Amino acid sequence: MAPQILAAEADAAGSRSLTITLFLVFVAITLGITIWASRQTKTATDFYAGGRQFSGFQNGMAIGGDYMSAASFLGIAGIIALYGYDGFLYSIGFLVAWLVALLLVAEFLRNSGRFTMADVLAFRMRQRPVRTAASVSTIVVSIFYLIAQMVGAGALVSLLLGIKPGATFLGMDANTAKVATIILVGALMIIYVTVGGMKGTTYVQIVKAFMLMTGALIMVLLVLAHYKFNLSALLGDAATRSGKGSAFLEPGLRYGVETAGDAAKTFYSKMDLLSLGLALVLGTAGLPHILTRFYTVPTSRIARKSVLWAIGIIGTFYLFTLALGFGAAALVGGKEITAQDKAGNTAAPQLAQKLGLDYLGGETGGAIMLAVIAAVAFATILAVVAGLTLASSSSLAHDFYASVIKRGNASERDEVRVARYSALLIGAVSIALSIFAQSLNVAFLVALAFAVAASANLPAILYSLFWRRFNTAGALWSIYGGLISAVVLVFFSPVVSGSATAMFPNSDWHFFPLSNPGIISIPLGFFFGWLGTILSKETDPEKYAELEVRALTGHGAH
Amino acid sequence: MPASAERYLEVQRSEEFAQLRHRLRSYIFPTTIAFIVWYSLYVLLSAYARDFMAIKVIGNINVALIFGVLQFVSTFLIAWHYSRYAAQKLDPLADEIHSTLESGPAAEAAATTTDGGKA
Repeated sequence: MAPQILAAEADAAGSRSLTITLFLVFVAITLGITIWASRQTKTATDFYAGGRQFSGFQNGMAIGGDYMSAASFLGIAGIIALYGYDGFLYSIGFLVAWLVALLLVAEFLRNSGRFTMADVLAFRMRQRPVRTAASVSTIVVSIFYLIAQMVGAGALVSLLLGIKPGATFLGMDANTAKVATIILVGALMIIYVTVGGMKGTTYVQIVKAFMLMTGALIMVLLVLAHYKFNLSALLGDAATRSGKGSAFLEPGLRYGVETAGDAAKTFYSKMDLLSLGLALVLGTAGLPHILTRFYTVPTSRIARKSVLWAIGIIGTFYLFTLALGFGAAALVGGKEITAQDKAGNTAAPQLAQKLGLDYLGGETGGAIMLAVIAAVAFATILAVVAGLTLASSSSLAHDFYASVIKRGNASERDEVRVARYSALLIGAVSIALSIFAQSLNVAFLVALAFAVAASANLPAILYSLFWRRFNTAGALWSIYGGLISAVVLVFFSPVVSGSATAMFPNSDWHFFPLSNPGIISIPLGFFFGWLGTILSKETDPEKYAELEVRALTGHGAH
Repeated sequence: MPASAERYLEVQRSEEFAQLRHRLRSYIFPTTIAFIVWYSLYVLLSAYARDFMAIKVIGNINVALIFGVLQFVSTFLIAWHYSRYAAQKLDPLADEIHSTLESGPAAEAAATTTDGGKA
């Protein structure tokens, strides 16, 4: 890590072994919990929904654990450290999004569903086609998100373990270490999910959320103490050190960039900002791994309580990232951050090292702080991938295997067995894809997952719950329509081809000018859902009566 | 099950349920529109009103930062207010309807719903 800061190579090695030790302690504790949880996992409800035994606070922490991904911790702090204010836009979108989940989704989903998102979507529809569609979109969203996390883990490992280009670690060069990390993370997540099910995974999230909040809090207090709790002084220092002056504290350095003399470019850049804002705020309530969390509590009232806790925890964390990002800009400096990682993903660990150096006993303190925060970052990634794998394997087993293939005649035992194999399959697929996708931009993959979730899942969920007339055709049109428009627009966008930072920088087939499809694909998802519905004659007022009564009163809830 | 389907329709058409639905929808829909508009205003100002967002209020703390923190404050307040509203206005009514359903002729309805699940 930041070799120019470290006085001696010995410190780097010390920090590295401390990072690994702390990470192994986390792995040991969580594996212990997982094995304990596996002994309590007997029924399908235990495996998919953790026995619905968690309290509001526990599930609120677990939601935080699922939600505060590497993109939140490392990504947002990094964007703030390099581009200043614009990183804060992400935090705000990610937080406000929880109101959609709280007001429109969480309680009704808990009351009317059982294990997966499709339970609600297919409630009053023809089961097989709707569950197939829901399963497809669940897996697409989760895999994009999974790859983002695992690529992030791979990209960070060589930096966090301090493997420099050309150097080796345990006989591995930086590239081999990346691949090894992706495989290790993948293998661990498969174990958490297949062995521990939802119960084990939920406890892993709780432990991780606690570690992340504690680690971030310590750093925030040190940063604020450095500036004698004068926020303005911190901001002023960050602005000066960034070399961009007060523009660093204003929107516009990264998103909605104004290019003088190029009106079209300025226009598209601003549209892209609006598109990102829309995808962030509407994506959360369509993320399958978040939706399945609402099933882990006994009642819809406790689901409500858990969302309230989650809003408190996540909101506090995003306020922390503000101090971390500006703190890194002020105390570490943009130059040293980009020297380590161009995207700024190492800003938070670098800040930790600097704070340790200044306040906790010099070199050793720096090494310890770096090791702690690096271990927290790994734990963060590991917990999020476990949650994603569980959500997608649940959907594959409960929706696709049990309802589509077995037409509802699978035994619980069978279903859980298939869910375990599915976790293995999804884990293996995402390990393979992540190894090939290493050059992809992490933030782009996460934003794409949010855009697909908002375009394909959210319209169908809201129509299902609140629109009497909604039917099978509408559900299929909105899921496939939203999914396909989001993916196609991204394929023809500058993030895939036709720009220096694209996946295929040397080819150009792009015609869609925005990098985030949300502003087009989300309205399209709603439009297709409406169109498909009115073009089909099917209606089922009796099933809607049952869904509405159950969703609002909790009658017959599982 | 026709009997329980009848029962659900009956409950759905009842005055109590209409009241519960009205109280719920008249809260969640306007609130959703309000916070989406408020959030959009923030995003639009960030994109198109840079000079306004750049005005310094206290020291280096500018309008953009205060506006951003206000989004946090409004999110916390809406969440808190909704939980209070739900506990006072929605939950008792929902419980009432729930208990008539459980004790009424549709008691078996819970056991025979969609995915063959257990109640």
